[in-house]
Amino acid sequence: MLFFRERPRISLLLLAILLAVLPFLTSGLLGNSWVRLLDFVLLYILLAIGLNLVVGYAGLLDLGYIAFYALGAYFYAWLASPHFGLHLPFWIILPLGTLFAAAFGFILGAPTLRLRGDYLAIVTLGFGEIIRIFMNNLNAPVNLTNGPQGMDLIDPISFGGFAFSGTHTFLDIKVPAIHLYYYLFLAFTLLAILVAYRLQDSRIGRAWAAIREDEVAAAATGINTRNIKLLAFAMGATFGGLAGGLFASFQGFISPESFNLFESIMILCMIVLGGMGHIPGVILGAVLLTILPEALRYIGDLQRAWLGEVIVDPSDLRMLLFGIALVLMMLFRPAGLWPSRQRKRELTAEGEIAAHEQESLHDAQR
Amino acid sequence: MDIFTQQIINGLVLGSIYALVALGYTMVYGILELINFAHGEVTMMGAMVALAVMGAILGVAPNMPGILVVVSGALLAIPACMLLGFAIERVAYRPLRHAPRLAPLITAIGVSIILQNVAMLVWGRQYIPFPEILPKSTFTVFGAHITGLQIFIIVLSALVMSGLWWLVQRTRLGRAMRACAQSREVASLMGVNVNKVISLTFVIGSALAAIAGLMVSAYYGLAHYYMGFMLGLKAFSAAVLGGIGNIAGAMLGGLLLGVIEALGAGYIGDITGGFLGSHYQDVFAFFVLIAVLVFRPSGLLGERVATRA
Repeated sequence: MLFFRERPRISLLLLAILLAVLPFLTSGLLGNSWVRLLDFVLLYILLAIGLNLVVGYAGLLDLGYIAFYALGAYFYAWLASPHFGLHLPFWIILPLGTLFAAAFGFILGAPTLRLRGDYLAIVTLGFGEIIRIFMNNLNAPVNLTNGPQGMDLIDPISFGGFAFSGTHTFLDIKVPAIHLYYYLFLAFTLLAILVAYRLQDSRIGRAWAAIREDEVAAAATGINTRNIKLLAFAMGATFGGLAGGLFASFQGFISPESFNLFESIMILCMIVLGGMGHIPGVILGAVLLTILPEALRYIGDLQRAWLGEVIVDPSDLRMLLFGIALVLMMLFRPAGLWPSRQRKRELTAEGEIAAHEQESLHDAQR
Repeated sequence: MDIFTQQIINGLVLGSIYALVALGYTMVYGILELINFAHGEVTMMGAMVALAVMGAILGVAPNMPGILVVVSGALLAIPACMLLGFAIERVAYRPLRHAPRLAPLITAIGVSIILQNVAMLVWGRQYIPFPEILPKSTFTVFGAHITGLQIFIIVLSALVMSGLWWLVQRTRLGRAMRACAQSREVASLMGVNVNKVISLTFVIGSALAAIAGLMVSAYYGLAHYYMGFMLGLKAFSAAVLGGIGNIAGAMLGGLLLGVIEALGAGYIGDITGGFLGSHYQDVFAFFVLIAVLVFRPSGLLGERVATRA
């Protein structure tokens, strides 16, 4: 680690090369389904970074974040599928879709301004469920979402005549669509990371940190807490809407199934597990929690290798192990796997004080 | 008129089940300020264990009176859930008591995933039917039909809730619980064994959850490894509606949410001129929840938390 820390330029270059060849490496070693997984990892990083703005920076517990992902996805599907016969180019839809999601961020934010902590959590959760139920049922009387069947034949992203579907050949290298999407998502993810870092150090970011730590004190220092909270919701929603649009074009098919509460909870787990408010931690969390359930599909092979036969169906065992891993990881790293240094310091300090208190209490009891 | 009465009664039945589960959420929240996301799964486990026991009994003695079978199912499911609640607190929450606020939320989600999948491994993915052993009798009140089971559910939950009320208000343990809810540190200075009180809170909440789980499976005639999720969500909403941390609030919130849902299911089509059907009942319930919280940000009976200075 020290080698890389002392040579930031070389390590950055190495990272860039690694990211560039990663899809080819993955498809060569593990097969194309893993490249597809990589694409999803990038989408989840995008979502986790977006939710981190709301939960990690501004400290507003949001359990309905997936709704913005859903809104972005459906918005894309409405404007680029045979459903309404519209086939607009992605560079019109994606910006509009993010605005659309941001507008809903405002709508969600407005009634929740007076709520604190867990009351906020339940309202956002309700919002997420409301959106999902509407998506599920708006096939009648006007067919907007095609109900539980979902919408399909969504256009892939294309630049002019160059479509992100099918295999293209550059310099005699065959590049399948999933690889192309990888680079596209990577570009958006890098952009999101950059934006998140810049936001963190901006006036807005500091205002978010202030209301996270103490809302009253923040208001007393002249921060317009109402606007700044609404901004957190809207900005978070923007990332969600963008990821949703990308998801719709990538999958070509969306249904309400993909946007249930469990997904919201998973994204929250990613940021808490990784280390709230710390972007490298959040990325780590997103990577781990996306890959882990897929990697656990190989338990069947493991059982065959070790025990000679498959005793428990791996698809049954997979989520069980996932749950156990979630609990264990949190028990051993309560502040997240990769917390920011400042947060770590705060926590250990608190822990010491708490230990002291506990000791003196113990004395008092005797 | 009779539709109205009917929906109110259906709502009260559902609501008293919600209230029982909501009590578990609210008691834990009152002391630890923790959303025990695994509580819904404890309810599911209660239903599953009870059904398994009842199935085993019916396999041996098919002619046993139905009520006796159900009671013995409950008598095994309740301690099982109590043990489960105790274990969950010990393993997943106690080590994280001084951790950041959201850390126990994640272990709670982890535990709930574990319980769901254990249930799936043990009992399979299919719906498990509730054996048809309970006597079927229907009464007619104001033009509405009430089954014996519905009356039984309402009466039993009323009894259980009054028992809990007595426990919290009139016993030493209840006083210790209320003291811990106000301040764990000061309570411990007064000689309250805080860890024991927290453990007992989980155990009591889990016992209520087991009863509620059995009621739900009897009412809908089935149980399923996934049933705890939605039930837990509704019950948590109910606890928040009433003002989380407040025991009377959880009871009121549960009953209210049940009635709102039932009325929503019955009337939402008429209100919107047929535009929205009864499958929007959850939307209706969540809208009411959000509306209540907008006007009373700490729930119906929640204390007005003064803004910190």
